[in-house]
Amino acid sequence: MNEKIKLRVSQIEKLFPGVKALDKIDFAVKKGSVHVLCGENGAGKSTLMKIINGIYQPDSGQIFIDEKPVKINNPIQARTLGISMIFQEMSYVPEMTVEENIFLGNLPVKRFGNVNWKEVRQRTKELLLAENLPYSPTTPLKDLTISDIQMLEIIKAISYKSDIIIMDEPTSAITHKEVEKLFVKIRDLKARGVSIIYISHKLDEVFQIADEITVLRDGTVVESHPKEELDIETVIALMVGRKLTTKFPKEQIDIGEDMLKVENLNCTNVFHNINFHVRKGEILGFAGLMGAGRTEVMRSLFGLDAKTSGVVKIDGQEVTITNVRQSIEHGMVMLSEDRRRYGIIPMRSVKENTTLSYLKRVFYGYRNHKKVEKKLVSDILNKMRIKTPTIDTPIATLSGGNQQKVVLAKWMIRNPDILILDEPTRGIDVGAKLEIYKLMTDLAKEGKVVIIVSSELPEVIGMCDRIYVMAKGTITGEINREDFSQELIMRYATGTLTSDGVN
Amino acid sequence: MKIENNFWNTVKKKYSIYLILVALFIVCSLANPNFLSVNNLTNISRQLSVTTILALGATMLIISGMLDLSSGSVLALAGVFAVSAYKATGSLLIAITVGILTGVICNVINAIMISTFKAPPFIATLAMLTVARGVALLFTKGQNILQLGNFVELGQGSIGIIPIPIIFLIVIAIFTWYLLNHTRFGRSLYAVGGNEEASIASGINVHKVKYTAFIINGLFVGIAGVLFMSRVNAGLPNGAINYEFTALTAAIIGGTSFSGGVGTVGGTLAGAFIVGFLDNIMNLTNVDSYMQQIVRGTIIALAVIYDIRTRNRRANSMLGRIEDKGVDGK
Repeated sequence: MNEKIKLRVSQIEKLFPGVKALDKIDFAVKKGSVHVLCGENGAGKSTLMKIINGIYQPDSGQIFIDEKPVKINNPIQARTLGISMIFQEMSYVPEMTVEENIFLGNLPVKRFGNVNWKEVRQRTKELLLAENLPYSPTTPLKDLTISDIQMLEIIKAISYKSDIIIMDEPTSAITHKEVEKLFVKIRDLKARGVSIIYISHKLDEVFQIADEITVLRDGTVVESHPKEELDIETVIALMVGRKLTTKFPKEQIDIGEDMLKVENLNCTNVFHNINFHVRKGEILGFAGLMGAGRTEVMRSLFGLDAKTSGVVKIDGQEVTITNVRQSIEHGMVMLSEDRRRYGIIPMRSVKENTTLSYLKRVFYGYRNHKKVEKKLVSDILNKMRIKTPTIDTPIATLSGGNQQKVVLAKWMIRNPDILILDEPTRGIDVGAKLEIYKLMTDLAKEGKVVIIVSSELPEVIGMCDRIYVMAKGTITGEINREDFSQELIMRYATGTLTSDGVN
Repeated sequence: MKIENNFWNTVKKKYSIYLILVALFIVCSLANPNFLSVNNLTNISRQLSVTTILALGATMLIISGMLDLSSGSVLALAGVFAVSAYKATGSLLIAITVGILTGVICNVINAIMISTFKAPPFIATLAMLTVARGVALLFTKGQNILQLGNFVELGQGSIGIIPIPIIFLIVIAIFTWYLLNHTRFGRSLYAVGGNEEASIASGINVHKVKYTAFIINGLFVGIAGVLFMSRVNAGLPNGAINYEFTALTAAIIGGTSFSGGVGTVGGTLAGAFIVGFLDNIMNLTNVDSYMQQIVRGTIIALAVIYDIRTRNRRANSMLGRIEDKGVDGK
């Protein structure tokens, strides 16, 4: 391998009000290699990347490219230095076309400042052809999948002739197959001498793609090694600072009667013939690929989206749920997959976010019972080990894992019988994940029902008693714990296998 | 040392608006001796009470992610209806009831357009602004309604030394504060403005919150209409033009964020008085009236920039917000 250092940061420090986000970071990326950054949320990965991309300025320290000191004041300057960043949550204009997107901010112009669309079209075609992508330059982005758009971002980076590409959680929203495609592209870029900094929580993927791994914790570099010297267990241990003995706190629990029974649930063009049941004390998994309709089924059950037909029975009683309030009254709550969109009120306090689901509990007798509210919130925060400076701190200032736990706390104060968790551990750190798994087990022990929708197979396999697999809007398989295997799930999920009796 | 720092930051963030108000008061007192006269101060407060009542309604709406551009026009409509009712019956109670009903009905229509039909608040209330003014002019045939007898007592009278409009303002301010801080409605208002989708997913009845906010706004606008017409002792179909902007200015300067989810009664009151003091001192010191407009506009711009910078949120201009809201059908 080429041992030349492409990018080096030395003694980088960054202070935010109240916290030292980065503390004397030393970090080097070799030319033509993939360097993975691991660490819990709040470890400083994103801050470091934002400094390299010129979004933040370091308080001290130096960045070197090709061993020459550089100062990066903004992302445009970063781009001219050959640095491009592909963000975790991409924002794009849905009406914009492929070619407009690629040349956004960099449109070639003719003599009078008018855009040279001919050249745009020509160069877009060349790029798409060179990268072997089957889109037309005039396709609007809204017709593409997230993975396609990600590929476009990569193409954009290539069009800038970037030789350092930063990818922040690039696989958090794409399917397995698309991950494969992405990895092929990454290997291809690597072969061309591009250096890639890759941030991810998904350690199995990290080990597929990494050349080197650096682990950050609390704003410092814990260790940095070539991949060969590490394994998943070690990296997890480095990230959390403790060795995890068991990854999943699964316990054997006696399973009772049917709690929730869904019969022939349909929603035109979204999902069809959904039949399933879940028993008291059971942790039920819903596996499947992105777009299989799992989230849609759950949203419809919870009253967020409409359904066209079907019967829902809770504790043997048929119930009508057309809005979230009715669902809550029946003891069924749902944690949404998209925390920012459906979970938090960002500028409001942890306290207000927590009690939002149960205002009756703290507003009665014509006033707000501040003491009752404070106790209710403090108790649940302690119980769930949520870290926040005070309960009046705006929730947006907490780390992702803690935000997620607050959203969960919002439902826990309702003491629900049925808890639906849609991708509960997406984008949160290992410690918070473990807490959430423990909570699931505790609920099951109390005879409650937990339904977990997850794209992370190890998670559903580790935690569930039974798994339903969905593909193309319907349930294709049902698997009991003793038969769990990644291969079986994937066969159902890709629709290559359908078990009898699920419909 | 760090704690001290945080302490000052909190003070600066929380109380800066009040410090500015006090500083402005001192500067005004020094700049012109007439400023501190009892006559001048009661005058300011009478004038201010009408726009400040509108500003309190506006604050609630902005907190919930909406806004009302129609309040000035609806005020005039409610006012001329109330005045006519008073002329016909001689009953102040009936006049106030008619004024309030007019305000509420117009605002229910606003709520229908915005909450039920998902019209962007900017456009919907802009339509109401035009329609309400048109109805007021049509109803009065463009003529001012005069000779109102004792109607003037409400706007120009006092109980003890306190002008009656100020008593209305105090009661409405306390009522609004109570709503925002001690009711489920108030808490929901902040949540809906902060993140509507998350509020729905938390079981908040967003329609009910929006309708309630508009109905209460209508109540305030109706009362303001009666007070305004009573103070000028006439039914002016062309009165209170641009009052909605004065109200919005007060709310914005008072720290109510156009991104939604943020705003307080205290802030809006301070904002309203800052605007009122500035207008007054500029009049007292004979600042050109065109110049006054420029000053006022500049202050709005600075307040908004300050809001965006301190809260470090994405620059959510009024129009940006409309685009957000406009396409949120799904």
